[in-house]
Amino acid sequence: MDHRVAAVSLRNITKSFGTILANDKINLDIYRGEILALLGENGSGKTTLMNMLSGIYYPDEGEILIDGKSVVISSPKDAFAYGIGMIHQHFKLVDVLTAAENIVLGLKEPGRLNLSAVAEKIRQICRTYGFEIDPNQKVYDMSVSQKQTVEIVKVLYRGADILILDEPTAVLTPQETEKLFAVLRNMRRSGKAIVIITHKMHEVEALSDRVAVLNHGAYVGELATEKTNAQEMTNMMVGHQVSLNIERPEPVNPKPRIEVENLSVRSIDGILKLDGVSFTANSGEILGIAGISGSGQKELLEAIAGLQPVEKGSIRYIEDDGSAEELVGKDPLEIEAMGVSLAFVPEDRLGMGLVGDMDLTDNMMLRSFRSGSSIFTNRKEPQALAEQVVEQLEVNTPGLSTPVRRLSGGNVQKVLVGREIASAPKVLLTAYAVRGLDINSSYTIYRLINEQKKAGIAVLYVGEDLDVLLELCDRIVVLCAGRVSGILDGRTATKNQIGLLMTQTGGEDEHA
Amino acid sequence: MSMHNKTPLVHISKRREMPWYWSFGIRAAAIAAAFLVCAFVTMALTGENPLAVFATLFYGAFGTERKIWILLQNIAILLCIALAVTPAFKMRFWNIGGEGQVLIGGLAAAACMILLGDKLPNGLLIAVSLAASLLSGALWGAIPAVFKAKWNTNETLFTLMMNYVATQLVAFFVIVWEVPKGAGKIGIINQSSEAGWLPQIGDYKYLLNILIVAVLTLAMYVYLRRSKHGYELSVVGQSERTARYVGIKVGRVIVRTMILSGAICGLAGFLLVAGTDHTITTTIAGGRGFTAVMVSWLAGFNPLSMVFTSFLLVFLDRGASEIATNFMLNHAFGDILAGIILFFIIGSEFFIRYQLHFRKRSKKEV
Repeated sequence: MDHRVAAVSLRNITKSFGTILANDKINLDIYRGEILALLGENGSGKTTLMNMLSGIYYPDEGEILIDGKSVVISSPKDAFAYGIGMIHQHFKLVDVLTAAENIVLGLKEPGRLNLSAVAEKIRQICRTYGFEIDPNQKVYDMSVSQKQTVEIVKVLYRGADILILDEPTAVLTPQETEKLFAVLRNMRRSGKAIVIITHKMHEVEALSDRVAVLNHGAYVGELATEKTNAQEMTNMMVGHQVSLNIERPEPVNPKPRIEVENLSVRSIDGILKLDGVSFTANSGEILGIAGISGSGQKELLEAIAGLQPVEKGSIRYIEDDGSAEELVGKDPLEIEAMGVSLAFVPEDRLGMGLVGDMDLTDNMMLRSFRSGSSIFTNRKEPQALAEQVVEQLEVNTPGLSTPVRRLSGGNVQKVLVGREIASAPKVLLTAYAVRGLDINSSYTIYRLINEQKKAGIAVLYVGEDLDVLLELCDRIVVLCAGRVSGILDGRTATKNQIGLLMTQTGGEDEHA
Repeated sequence: MSMHNKTPLVHISKRREMPWYWSFGIRAAAIAAAFLVCAFVTMALTGENPLAVFATLFYGAFGTERKIWILLQNIAILLCIALAVTPAFKMRFWNIGGEGQVLIGGLAAAACMILLGDKLPNGLLIAVSLAASLLSGALWGAIPAVFKAKWNTNETLFTLMMNYVATQLVAFFVIVWEVPKGAGKIGIINQSSEAGWLPQIGDYKYLLNILIVAVLTLAMYVYLRRSKHGYELSVVGQSERTARYVGIKVGRVIVRTMILSGAICGLAGFLLVAGTDHTITTTIAGGRGFTAVMVSWLAGFNPLSMVFTSFLLVFLDRGASEIATNFMLNHAFGDILAGIILFFIIGSEFFIRYQLHFRKRSKKEV
C-alpha cells in the first residue's frame, strides 16, 4: 500500500498533558477509500490523537501531512478547511432547531440563507449515501441514532472527505448499527477516508479494512483486518494474553428477592417513563436489562433505589425468611434503615456515584460518613477501605489523595464498584457498568459481578452490549419505551431476538 | 481561505500539578511586577517619587500603633464576614447577601442596647443582644435558603435583594431612634452608662474582637474539614445528585448551612455595633459583605488562607487612603494602585493553572 499517497499522514506525533504522555511519537497513515479502525484501551490515546487531527488539541511535536503536504491544524476551522470532520461521542446539536438549521449553523455562505436549498442539498447527500433524515425535523424529536445521522451529514455538508467517528455505535441498537455500517461502506466506495475509534472487536471485523492499535500512548502496529482475528487484536491492544470468555456459573438456589409489579413512573415533565413494568429478580442470579438507551432503564433502577418518585405499582424486597417489605415511597436512608442493603452503581459515575473533586478516601466515605455519634467524620475506616479497593481491584492511581476525576474511566468505575460491593449488599444494581471501559477493566468488572452472584446477591445488570448481556446474564428483561417487551432466558436467546424486542412494544404477545 | 502554514506563536495548555514553591514564586513575581507597574503609573500620572508613594502605602497600614490596631480590627471584621460566606460558597450557594446579614445583625444589637439598656444587668444585656444578632442574621440567611430548597429560586438575586431590605430597615430605625430629633443619626448608644458595650481587654479596644475572630477562624477550618456537616455541604456543592444518591437531604443542608452563614454575619454586625462603633448606620458594613466574597475566593475557601487574603485587601485599602490624603491626591488614585496590585495577584492564578508554550525559534529536524 506504499505506492498510494495517504490522505493523512501523522509523523512522530507527541502530546503530553503535564506529566502524562498521551501520545508518544505516533506514525499513522489514513487512505482514501478505506475504513481504518483505531483500536486501543481507555487512556491509550486514541481520542487525543484524533483530536489533534480535528484541531481541538495541538501536538507538542511531530508533523501532519495532508495529501503529502505538511500542514498546521491549530483550530477546528483549519481542520474543516482540509476536509477533516470528526463525529464526537457527545453530540453538539441545538435541540430546538431543525436538522437543516443545525447543519448550516455557523457556516458563512454569501447571500441570504435559503433553507429549502439547504434541505435539497441535504436530501441529495442522504440519497447518495443512504441516510434517512427529514431536514425539517426538530432535533428534540429525534432518536439518538437520528441525531448521530445529523452530525454525520453536517460534516459531509461542509465538504469533509476525511471522517473520524469516535465510538459511534456505543448508543445504537444492533439494527441501527447495521444501518450506520451500510452508510459507512457507501462512503468508502465513494472514496472517503474513514477512521472509527472503537473497543468492539466484532465491529472492527465487520467493517474495517485495516486496524491500527495503540497501547498506553504508543503505536503498537497495524494489521489488515482480513488477516487477523479478535484474539490477536486483543492481545496487541492489551499487550498480553487475555481470555475473551465471560464466565456464567449456574445460579445456586435462586429465590425471589425483588418483585416489581405494575410499576409506572412519570418524569418531571409528565412523560411516562415506565409503564406497568413487572418482573422478579432472584438471589444468586444476574438479571440483564436490555433496551435502547432512554427506554426507562435509569428510572427503573432509581425507583428501586428510592431515588425516583413512583406513580403507581409496587417494588417489594423479599427477605430470606419470605417476609416482604415495600420500597415504594421510601428514600435511600429509610430503605437503609429498614435493613435492606442495596448497592447501586449508577450510569453517571462522576455526576451521581462519586464526587469528582474529592479524593479516594472521601469518596469511600460517601456511604459510611454518618456512622458513629461524633459530629466529626471518621477517616480511618474509609482510608482503609480505599487502600483495600486500590489493592484488590488494581486501581491505577498516584495515591489515595488524588481527586477521582483525574483517574481514567476504568479506574473511576473500579473505585465506585469497589465501594458499593464493600457494603455487603443483598441487591446490586448496575447501570452500564462497563460503558467506556477497556477490555481489561471490563473483564475485571464482569468478574466482580459474578463473584457477587456466587455470593447469593441479586444482580440487576443494565447493559448495552448485547453480546455481553447474552454471555453474562441468566435472564434478560427487554424494555421498549418504558414497557417490558419480553423476558428471555440468557442461555437460549439470540441477539436478533433481543434487537427486535428492543424496538417493538407488542413483543410480549409473541412470547407469551 | 487563508492557510497560514505556521505553528501558532503561543499555545496554552492546562498544567497538571506544580510544586508549592513554584506557585509561591509565581505569586511573588506577580506582586513584584505589580509594584513596578504602580511605580510607572505613579510617575507618569502624578510626578511623585514612587518610592515615597510606596512608603506612604506602608505607613498608612503600619505607621503608628494606632494604625496597626485599626488594620487588625478591619482584618478581623472582614475575615469574620468572609468566614461566614465560605460554607455557603463551598456548597455553591452564592450568598452575596453578607452585607444585609451583617446590617440586620447590627440592627438587632442596637435595638437591644437602646430598648433594654436600662432594664437588664450588663452581662445579660450583652448575651441577649448577641443572641438577637445571631438569630436575625440567621433568619436573613435562612429566608433565601428556604426558597431555594423548596422552589429552586435563584439565590444570587434573592440574597442581593435582601441587602436592600436590610438597608431600608436600618434607615427606618435610625429615624425612629435618632438622637437628637432631626439629627438623622443615632449617635453613640448608651454613651454614659456603656450598657451593652463589649468589655475591653486592658487598654486594647479591639483586642476582644480580634481574639473572637481568631477562634472562629480555627473553628470554621475544623468545621469544614473534619465535621460531618462540612462533608455534607461539600458533597451538595459538588453534585446534588450524588448527595441525593447517598441519602443526604439536600434542602435541609442548604437551609442549615445558610443559617450558619447568616448567624456568623450577624455576629460580625454584633462585633461592629456592640464592640467598636456603639452606633448603627446604613453604611456600617461598608461594602465588606461583598469584599468578603473576594477574600473567600482568593483563599480558595480555606479559612486559614483567608487570614492572608483579608490582610492583603485591608492593607491595600488602608494604604490607598493614606496616599490620597498625604499627597493631596484624589482617593481614586489610591484605588488605582490597589486595583493594579489586585489585578496582578488574581492574574497570576492563570499562570499557575495554565502553561504557555512559545514557538520554538528554529525547528530543523532532519
